[in-house]
Formats: sequence, C-alpha cells, structure tokens
Amino acid sequence: MKILVCISKTPDTTAKIAFIEGNTKFDENGVQWIINPYDEWYALVKAIELKEKDSNVAIHLVTVGGADTEPIIRKALALGGDEAIRINNITTDSFVVAQEIAAIAKEGGYDLIFTGKETIDYNSASVGSMLCALLDQNFISAAVKLDINGNAITVTREIEGGEETCTTTLPAIVSCQKGMAEQRIPNMRGIMAARTKPLKVIEATITNATTSIKQFDLPPAKSGVKLVDPSNMDELVRLLKEEAKVI
Amino acid sequence: MVLIYIDQADQEIKKATYEAISYGAALAKQLGTSAEALLLGTVHDDLTSLGKYGVTKVHQVNNATLNHFDARMNSTVIAAAAKSLGATVVIFAHNINGKAIAPAVAVKLSAGIVTGACALPKTDAGFVVTKTVFSGKAFASIQIDTPIKVISINQNSFGITSNDGVAEITNLAIEVPSSTISITSVDKIQGEVPLTEATLVVSGGRGLKGPENWGILLDLAKALGASTACSRPVSDSDWRPHHEHVGQTGLQIAPNLYIAIGISGAIQHLAGVNRSKTIVVINKDPEAPFFKAADYGVVGDAFEVVPALTAAILKSKGGA
Repeated sequence: MKILVCISKTPDTTAKIAFIEGNTKFDENGVQWIINPYDEWYALVKAIELKEKDSNVAIHLVTVGGADTEPIIRKALALGGDEAIRINNITTDSFVVAQEIAAIAKEGGYDLIFTGKETIDYNSASVGSMLCALLDQNFISAAVKLDINGNAITVTREIEGGEETCTTTLPAIVSCQKGMAEQRIPNMRGIMAARTKPLKVIEATITNATTSIKQFDLPPAKSGVKLVDPSNMDELVRLLKEEAKVI
Repeated sequence: MVLIYIDQADQEIKKATYEAISYGAALAKQLGTSAEALLLGTVHDDLTSLGKYGVTKVHQVNNATLNHFDARMNSTVIAAAAKSLGATVVIFAHNINGKAIAPAVAVKLSAGIVTGACALPKTDAGFVVTKTVFSGKAFASIQIDTPIKVISINQNSFGITSNDGVAEITNLAIEVPSSTISITSVDKIQGEVPLTEATLVVSGGRGLKGPENWGILLDLAKALGASTACSRPVSDSDWRPHHEHVGQTGLQIAPNLYIAIGISGAIQHLAGVNRSKTIVVINKDPEAPFFKAADYGVVGDAFEVVPALTAAILKSKGGA
C-alpha cells in the first residue's frame, strides 16, 4: 500500500498578514512557516496511523515549492513520512501545483492520495479536486474518518448539516479535515531519522499558470466597538433591530 | 453564456444555489450575455421558479444516478454539459460540494478558476475576481487568463436577489458515467440550520467554564432562532460537537449576526468569523482582543448578561 501525502508550506496561524511592493506580494518578513495544518494534523497523521496498523504501508510526501520548504518537509519526515519529493516550482496557481503532483502520482502508482481540506493561506481547496480530473480517480472531500478494508475504503465526509458515509475502491484521492486523526509532535528519534530519509528534488516542468494575483487588500478596519451597558440589554436589542437591522 | 450549477441534497435545492444564481445572473448582465442553470438529477422544487433569481433556462440532466453526489461523476457530467451548451463562465457555490467539483470542472474545461470569490469580477480590463485569502484576514484580486472561467462564490457574500422571472426547462442528454462510490449512510442533525447557511449565530467559548453552562446560550439561540457555534478549545475539550467549531481550522462563516460569548477573540478564531456583518461580543474582560473586531460590545458577566439579553429579545418579540 502506497500513500502519497501532499504537503504545503503556509504561514503560522498567528502570523501577521501584511503586503509589500504596492500590495502585490505577501510580506514574508518575520513569518514563521509551518506545514499547512490540514496537511499535517489530518492527512499526514492519518497516513502514519494507517502505517502503524499495517507495516506494508509506505508514506511518500510531495510538495511544490522552493528550497525554503525543506525545513517543513524534514518535519513531516520526522513525524513519520518515509521519503519525500520536492518539485522546485514557486507558484500561487493551484492548477500548476496539481499538474506537478499528478505527474508524480502517475509515476508512483499510489493507492491513496491524501491532501488537506484546504491551505490556510490561499484557501483554494482545489488540488484534490483537480487531481480527481487529472488522474480520473475517485475523490472524496472533507473526510473526517477513513477505514481501509483490503482494496476498499469506507470514508465519512462532512456534508451541510451532518455527515455522509460512503465506500469505494482504491485508488482514490481523499481530502482530510478535523476528525481524521489527532495532532502529534515529532519525537527525537523521528527527528534524527528524518535527517537521512530521502528527499528528492525534481525541477519544475509545468509553467502554464491559468491565474495570476494582481493585488492584495486588507479588510477595512472596524469603525470601533459601541459598548452597551450590561444592565441595559433592551438597548442592545434596539441597536440590533434599528441600527444594524440584523434581527 | 454564464452557467450556474444547482447543488442539491436529498432532491432539494440548497439555499447556497439561489445566491450562486443571483451572482451568475448579475455577472451575465455585466457581460451582456444570458444566465442559465444546470441541474444534475431530479429535485422536488419547481424549477421554473428559478427564473426569479435571474436565469432564463434550466438545463436538466434527468438521470436519477445523479441524485447522489460523486465528485468524479458530477464533474464529468458538468464539464460535458458546459461544453455542449457553450458556457464561457461556470459558477458554483463555494460549499462542500462546490469545493469538491468546481476545480475538477475547471481542469476538464481548461479553465482558470477562482474559488471563494466574494464580489462580482471586474471585467473592464481583463477578468479579475476578488476572493478571501489567509482565512478571511485579507483579500486577493486574481486575474483569470483563460477564455473559459470557473468561479465558486463564498456563501453569504453576495446575497440573494429576486424578481418575477420564469425559467424554461430543457432536457439535456449527456452521457452519465457509472458511479463507483456508494453511499451507505447519511447522518443529519435534524431540525438545525447548517452553520454555513445560518444568518444568526450564537457562539460560546471557554468563558462559559463548562458544558453544563451551555443552557443560557441555547436559550438565547432559541429566542433569536439562531444556530449555535463554539471556539476551538470548546470543541477540543468535547464540551460541544466538532461540527460547531468555527475558526481558522474549523468552519468559516459569514452570518448577518454573530454573538460571541466568553470568547477572547484569538486571531485564529477571528479568521473564521470576521466576514460576519454584525459582531456582538460579550466578555467580562474589557481587554479581550475580540472587542477590537466587534460592532457592539458588552463588558460583563455572561451568566448575567446572556439571560438578560434573552429576556430583552423575548420582550421585544412579544411587543412586536
């Protein structure tokens, strides 16, 4: 059983969001980089849990990015990936990322491809769905639970107002979110082992971006909070009715 | 032509579809073309009434296999339909199903895509779509460089507009591939509005001290007819179910009213709710960062303020 886990580098959840060069570029100054939480806590850790149950599972990691993504790939290897591939392509276009990963996936012949539900920087939630079209494989999104039974998987996914459970056969692509697995921290043995695990770098082959970011903007600042006396909730109700007009 | 995908569950059209149609119709008007909708499978709703939201035609691929969702099957059929109808823009709601299929449809149509759009595209020079990025902490204006475009729009970002139009229904013959996904069970929370569709939301944090204290929040939600949500520490501690967690790693919502009770307002929580139209914060700590993001604030003990607010709402409803 071969599992490919797609890893993306994102700013830490507490990073200050600011832009430079006339609001055309994200200001990376002082930013701490992490593995996209959905990729790490749910996709990667789920793959590790599957490997702990079945030692025949091999976990390969793939990321599309520059050399500055290597620290987060080493962390992913320390958590429990077996080997990693970095495709040296710096892009903000999901279609470019998906095509690069699809090429790796075709070559590797994976039974399962895991992605996070979305990245917390560009929030595109696109790569898994694009892989579905590029590889013509089944795609189950927003998964909260997954069990493997021979060549079949049973997956529970989020739907509006509840959950839906379905079965399908491998190979398949699954995007993972909260519920799939529990967050872990790498141990010292993992960190030592990660240093010598294979990390292969492949040069970019895809250049046909379909979109380009023209500008970033920050949301307009709130005009300031209007404080209401805690003993006067009638006034809050009046404001919500007459001023905000939301109730 | 602008083609809008009709998302359905249990043969009922989802509310997010009406907003997607309103958005698609406004875009079609801006581009000087027509807006038409696409339904896979069958629904109980009256399809001609979708004309109200601005579509002239509803194309239906009338095949019951399509009543259950399968991302590969649905995206294949939608792309084939868009090709045969000559659509130049395809619109989806950025909900669970939209996220699962819109990017696949874009690949099949060799189209550039922007997911999570929050405004109509600027089309005077090129085709530039604004979307939320960094989990709601910023916006990006993204140019699509392909002849065919795909857009999915964030829920509650455009609104629903309606008039008195009537849509014509046409049958569309598209080959439907067999599905290799079988759905074995569906578990829906009965009687609750899904959080992403809710217009009023009451949310609680660690300031409520324990799950046994949620009664005051539930009473307020009931008085308002609101859905309930919670912060990450609350769902991590299993005080409330995971599906109520809003924030950067939970649901991102944009209701008309978000009332935060005993939530300090960490940046990760704000990312999930800062698109709400009006934010009310109730917290006993006047230094809570959430007050900076709030429209209305009450500095006080939730255990006194919340029941008083519930009573005030019931009183105002009784008097109306």
